[in-house]
Amino acid sequence: MYRKHSFFRALWRHAVLLFFVVFALFPILWVISASFNPANTLVGQRLIPSNPSLDNYREIFTSEQYPIALWIKNSVVIGLITSTLVVILTAFAAYAFSRFRFKGRRTGLFASLLIQVFPQMLAAVSIYLLVLSIGRLVPALGINTHAGLIMVYLGGAMGVNAWLMKGYFDTIPSSLEESAMIDGASPFQAFYMIILPLARPILAVIFLLQFIGTYSELILASVLISSSEKYTLAVGLQLFIHDQYASRWGVFAAASVLGALPIVLLFMFLQKYLVTGLTTGAVKG
Amino acid sequence: MGKLIKIIFLGVLNVVFIWTALFLYSSQAYWVLLLLLLGAALVNFVFISEKAYPYRYLLPATFFMVLLVVYPIVYTVYISLTNYGTGNILSKEQAVAQLQERSILDTEAGNYAYQAYRDGQGQLHFVFTSPGGELFLGYAGGLTPVQEGDPRLVELEGFTELTRADLVRATNEISALSFSLDEGRQLRMRNINSFGVYRQQYEYYPERDELLDLETGTTYRSVQGYFQAPDGTRLTPGFREVIGFQNFRKLFTNPQVTGPFLRVFVWTIQWALLSVGCTFAVGLFLALLLNDPHLRFRRFYRSVLILPYAVPAFISALIWRGLFHTELGVINQILKATIGSGVPWLQDPVWAKVALVILNLWLGFPYMMIVCLGALQSINSEMYEAAVVDGASTWQQFYHITLPLLMVSVAPLLIASFSFNFNNFSVIYLLTRGRPPIVNAQTPAGHTDILISYTYRLAFESGRGVDYGLASAVTLVIFLITGAITFLNFRFTGALEEVRKNV
Repeated sequence: MYRKHSFFRALWRHAVLLFFVVFALFPILWVISASFNPANTLVGQRLIPSNPSLDNYREIFTSEQYPIALWIKNSVVIGLITSTLVVILTAFAAYAFSRFRFKGRRTGLFASLLIQVFPQMLAAVSIYLLVLSIGRLVPALGINTHAGLIMVYLGGAMGVNAWLMKGYFDTIPSSLEESAMIDGASPFQAFYMIILPLARPILAVIFLLQFIGTYSELILASVLISSSEKYTLAVGLQLFIHDQYASRWGVFAAASVLGALPIVLLFMFLQKYLVTGLTTGAVKG
Repeated sequence: MGKLIKIIFLGVLNVVFIWTALFLYSSQAYWVLLLLLLGAALVNFVFISEKAYPYRYLLPATFFMVLLVVYPIVYTVYISLTNYGTGNILSKEQAVAQLQERSILDTEAGNYAYQAYRDGQGQLHFVFTSPGGELFLGYAGGLTPVQEGDPRLVELEGFTELTRADLVRATNEISALSFSLDEGRQLRMRNINSFGVYRQQYEYYPERDELLDLETGTTYRSVQGYFQAPDGTRLTPGFREVIGFQNFRKLFTNPQVTGPFLRVFVWTIQWALLSVGCTFAVGLFLALLLNDPHLRFRRFYRSVLILPYAVPAFISALIWRGLFHTELGVINQILKATIGSGVPWLQDPVWAKVALVILNLWLGFPYMMIVCLGALQSINSEMYEAAVVDGASTWQQFYHITLPLLMVSVAPLLIASFSFNFNNFSVIYLLTRGRPPIVNAQTPAGHTDILISYTYRLAFESGRGVDYGLASAVTLVIFLITGAITFLNFRFTGALEEVRKNV
């Protein structure tokens, strides 16, 4: 399909690609530039700030009214705990679906497929009321607690994740575990010591997708968390900047740069796994 | 060793169960207690019986799924059949109790003058003088008739009498007090100078489910979450009640609700289609360019074009909101400098939609590009060689070979992307918040609201009060549509067949 091109054919291709490079990069560069611009406003910003400073970044770590650094920490901690627990729960469930034959297995697989049809955030009203009453019994898991929010996110562990992971487990030959079990390993030991290390790529994909999803989740976090020092970045940042672009642009830009950093780093770190995960059907949340 | 761990694990779990059970018992949550005991029995069975071995692995994930996904769905269905929302938040018992506490002033009984005293412990004592000149000693909610010169009156002189300034300061404290005069009548503060006689206004008769106004004799009957008089007057507060399919009927037949709902619905579909269409077109186009082995700087282009995907969407949306800012945003600055005038990006219904599509294109084209690149690389190049031999043009090659083969692997992802954007709350909420608003809408609906953001505003953000019932009804409509799309996708990917085959 592709021939060697003449000079002009190559030229328009590069022109088109450069147009999209500008489209992709401009907002990112513009924000990075704003984050170093001490003016802290949209007014009269230039791409290269005339007198760059770190004032905006300092503000993030020192402001008492808007503890943005704390919000980023909250998001990262909630994301890490949720993703770790989800990967554990999912791995257990997927192992059962992949290796055992039992009553209700097909029903369970169907359920795990169908459950993703109902996005959890849709039931925000019910979940709010549920967490409210759980909180009356166990205050540590109630409204406005991180533990309660993480608990709610765990509900999504069973959906498409279990399906993806089961598919991967199916590709690992069961003769590996069988020989281990002949040597006296229990099924749990076989799972723990043979399957899990081999399944590292899919564990990484599920972890990454879950982390990105949790980090960016907005509805449940804004419904369940109500006090400023407990906000996640997604909730706090939009309340911080909403309609205040003229007076908070610089600090917001610095917060965006810092807030995007955990995901960008994780993304680069796990990119090679991610591409496989993406083509198996997961959409960014 | 394994056995020991299992015993310890189960032991710890049971201690937690017992602790929770005692707690539930003491807080009288018997239904939850029953569920807990059943759950505990199930857990013990699964971990002790060898036959139930596989279920041990499924139990934790299933527990969270049932509690936090299945139960909320069931509860959403229930709420959609009720009138739960502002004005109908309380349960019926709570509403009746509130109404029965309401009282009216008995103007014929006249005013009671009073003096107030504070004793050493800070407690308030009152001496009331009725319009007829009788004296009453008031303390801790009780009234005692006394005669002039009673030793208890003499005792009061040892306490501090409250001056007028003290009374003003203690108004809140005093107005919260009431002294029972006789059956159904109470003394309560009327103004700074005097107390008045108040009596109960409403009496509830549970056997007839009616509320009687003791003053006017009007009977209020319980109709759809309110106590309603024969002439249609309703008492507030109302209460939560199952009202059947009224929310759905309202959604589809009340013009002021249906009109906005349909507009939101149509835009939701347009939005999802536009998002998938634009991102796929651009993504595929770029993938075709980048797949060319003769192209220079391929790796550079690839790694730069993927960058928007690595930024969390909620941050990108807020950044673009700044770029689209009508007065100060850089996009309008550039437009003003080049063509002379800016665009009211977030104020005009059409431009707001354009802004959303541009933003979603930026967010989504890298994903489509990666996916298409992967799919293109898996197409066998011999097919093109054969086509060239047969004299096919580049366009014919694309249309007859590339596109059909690409679609096999990409179509399911397009459908998934459609249903993702159908419910893409963050982008809409963060860029436009659904604005500009639709005028004359009875519900809070905006020109750029999609169903999910509309639902969110119905339930949590409406200035006119929340309507959980209607919000849940819309949720179920979304659920049905998303369900149908996902089902379609399962057919495409063969996921259902895979389950049937029992692989």
